[in-house]
Amino acid sequence: MTDTSVQARHVPDRLNTRAYRTFRSWEALLLAVAIAIFIINSFASPYFLSAWNLSDATFNFTEKAMIAFAMALLIISGEIDLSVASIIALASTAMGLALQYGAGTPELVVIGLTVGLLCGAFNAVFVTVLGLPSIVVTIGTMSLFRGISFIILGDDAFRGYPASFSWFGQGYIYWVFTVEMLLFVIIAVIYGVLLHKTNFGRAVYAIGNNPTGALFSGIRVQRVKFILFLLTGLMSGVAAVCLTSRLGSTRPSIATGMELEVVTMVVLGGVNILGGSGSIPGVVIAAFVMGLVTFGLGLLNVPGIVMSIFIGLLLIGVIALPRLWAMYAARRA
Amino acid sequence: MTRFIPVREAILAAAILVLMILIASRFAGFVAPSNLANVFNDTAPLIILALGQMVVILTRCIDLSVAANLALTGMAVAMINVAMPGLPIPVILVIAIAMGAVMGAINGILVWKLEIPPIVVTLGTMTIFRGIIFLISDGKWVNSHEMSPAFTGFPRAEFLGLPVLSWIAVACVIGFAIMMSRTPLGRSIFAVGGNPHAAVYTGINVGKTQFVAFVISGALAGLTGYLWVSRFAVAYVDIAGGFELEVVAACVIGGISIAGGVGSVGGAVLGAIFLGVVKNALPVVNISPFWQLAISGSAILIAVAFNARAGRTKGRIILKSAETPTGGTS
Repeated sequence: MTDTSVQARHVPDRLNTRAYRTFRSWEALLLAVAIAIFIINSFASPYFLSAWNLSDATFNFTEKAMIAFAMALLIISGEIDLSVASIIALASTAMGLALQYGAGTPELVVIGLTVGLLCGAFNAVFVTVLGLPSIVVTIGTMSLFRGISFIILGDDAFRGYPASFSWFGQGYIYWVFTVEMLLFVIIAVIYGVLLHKTNFGRAVYAIGNNPTGALFSGIRVQRVKFILFLLTGLMSGVAAVCLTSRLGSTRPSIATGMELEVVTMVVLGGVNILGGSGSIPGVVIAAFVMGLVTFGLGLLNVPGIVMSIFIGLLLIGVIALPRLWAMYAARRA
Repeated sequence: MTRFIPVREAILAAAILVLMILIASRFAGFVAPSNLANVFNDTAPLIILALGQMVVILTRCIDLSVAANLALTGMAVAMINVAMPGLPIPVILVIAIAMGAVMGAINGILVWKLEIPPIVVTLGTMTIFRGIIFLISDGKWVNSHEMSPAFTGFPRAEFLGLPVLSWIAVACVIGFAIMMSRTPLGRSIFAVGGNPHAAVYTGINVGKTQFVAFVISGALAGLTGYLWVSRFAVAYVDIAGGFELEVVAACVIGGISIAGGVGSVGGAVLGAIFLGVVKNALPVVNISPFWQLAISGSAILIAVAFNARAGRTKGRIILKSAETPTGGTS
C-alpha cells in the first residue's frame, strides 16, 4: 500500500485505498463464504445446480430477509424487535379473519400490512413514548401478539384463501424469478438507499453510536426510533402476506422462531448487535449464505432441527472468530 | 434504591392476593391449602429457573438458553436412566447439575473471554442445545414405562406433606436469599450490574462474575431438567419449548431491572408465583388455556411500565455491556 520504509515517525499521506478496504471488509469475507458454500453444495448434491431448485431455495430466505432489512436499521440504532414472528402470526390471523367475512385479495393485503404497522406502532409507543427497554417490551409483545392469535384461532386454522391471493407467495414474474424474489430486490434497494444515501440513514447511525450526542446535534431521536419500529412492523406485515399466500393457511403457530433467524441474518450480515455499524449489502449476502446453507443441507436430507445447529454455530462463530483472530494477532504482536 | 424494593414486592404480593380473592369468588376450592400446595408444586420449576435467571440479569446479561439446557439435560438423564436403570438418584442429580453447569459455562466463557453480547450467545446456544437433543435422541421419545420407578418417583415423594419438588424450590429460595445478601459473591453480583466500572475499581472481576452467574443459571436449569422429565415422566425434543420467555417474564414481573443491578430474590419468587397462579387459575374460572400466552405478555408489559416509573433515574441501556454512561433520553 503506502511506503513503509524505516522512519522514526512515518505519517502516511493517505489511508488504505478504497479497493483495499473493500477487499478486507466483512462483506467481502461473507461473499467468499457464500461462493464457497455454493461450490461445495454443487459438488455435494447433483440436484443443487438446477435453475428451478435454486429458485425454490430463495423461499428459504426472502421473507426473513424482508424483515431483516428493517431489523438491521433498528439494531444499528441500538434497539431490537423480538416480536416480528408474532406480528406475522397476528397479521396472518387478521387476514384469515377478514377472509371469513368475505374479504378479497386487495383487502387481505391491506389488512395484513395495516396490522403489521399497528403492531410496530404499539412497540414504538412503549419504547419511545414510555421510554422502556425494547428487548423487554418486544419479549412482552412477542407473547401478546401470538397470544391474541391463539385466542382467536385456538388449535384451529384459517384456510381457503382466494386463488388470486396465492400470487404473492407462489407466483412467478418471468421464468424462474418469483414474485417474492422481486419484492426482496425492491425492498433491499429501498433500504439500501434509505440507510446509505439519506439524512435519515445517517441519523440512524448517529443514534446507534451515541444517542445523547445525536440528540444534541439536533436529531429527533425518539421520532427516528418510532419510524424504525413502524418500518419493522410494516415489513413483518409484508412477510405475513407472502408467507400466508405461500402456505395457503393460517395457524397461530405460523413463523414460530423466525425472530431468531432474522436476528441471526442481521448479525451475520455484519451489523453490530450493540448498534452503530452495519450495511444493507452485508445483510443481502447474509440472506444468501443462510438460504444456501439451509437449502444445501436440505438436499442432503439433513432435518430442520439439525440445520438450526448450523445456524446457531454460524451466529456465534461469525462473531467469535474475528475476535479470536484479533486476540491471536494482539498476542503475536 | 433499596428502600423501594420492599414496597415493590409488597405491591406484587398484594396483586397476587387480589387475584386469588377474585378466583376464590368464582371457585372457592382454589384457595384451599391442598390446592395452593399443588399450585406451588406446579410453579416450582419456574421458581428455580427464575432464581438463576435473576442472577444473570442482575449482572446485565440475559440467558435465553435455559429451556433448551433443561430439555437437553432432561433427555440425557432420561436416556442414562434407560441405559442404566440401577443408577442411584443422587448420582443422576449430580450428573444433571454438572451437565447444566457445563452448558452454562459455555455461555459464560463466550461472554467473559470473547465479550460476545449475552443475547447473541444464548440465542445461538439455545438453538444448538435443542438441535443436540434431536441428535442424541434421534427424535424419539423416552416414555414413562422405560424409566425406572425410582427415577420418576423422586420429585413426587412426599416429605412433611409437600413433594420433594416443592422442597427443592424452597431450599433454592433460602439458599439464594442467603447467597445474595450474605456472601461476597452475592454482593459482587449486585455491584457488577449496578456499576461495572466501579466494580472493577473495587477489585471485582466483572467478566468472571458474569461467568459464575451463567454457571449458576445453567446448573439450576440442569437440576430442573431432571425434575421436569421425571415429574412428567416423558422426555422429547420440544419439552419446555418457549419456557425461557416465561422465566424472563417472571423476573421482569418480579421487578428485576433488565438494565442490571436492581432486583431481589423475593421479587423473582413472587413474579414466578404470579404466573403460576394465573396459569393454574385459567381452567378453574373457565377461560380457555389459549389466553395464557396473551395474559403473560400483557403482564410483562404492565410490570415493566410500572417498574420503570419507580426507577426513573437509571439510564436505559440495552445490549450495551459497558462504556456507555447513559442510554436513551426521554
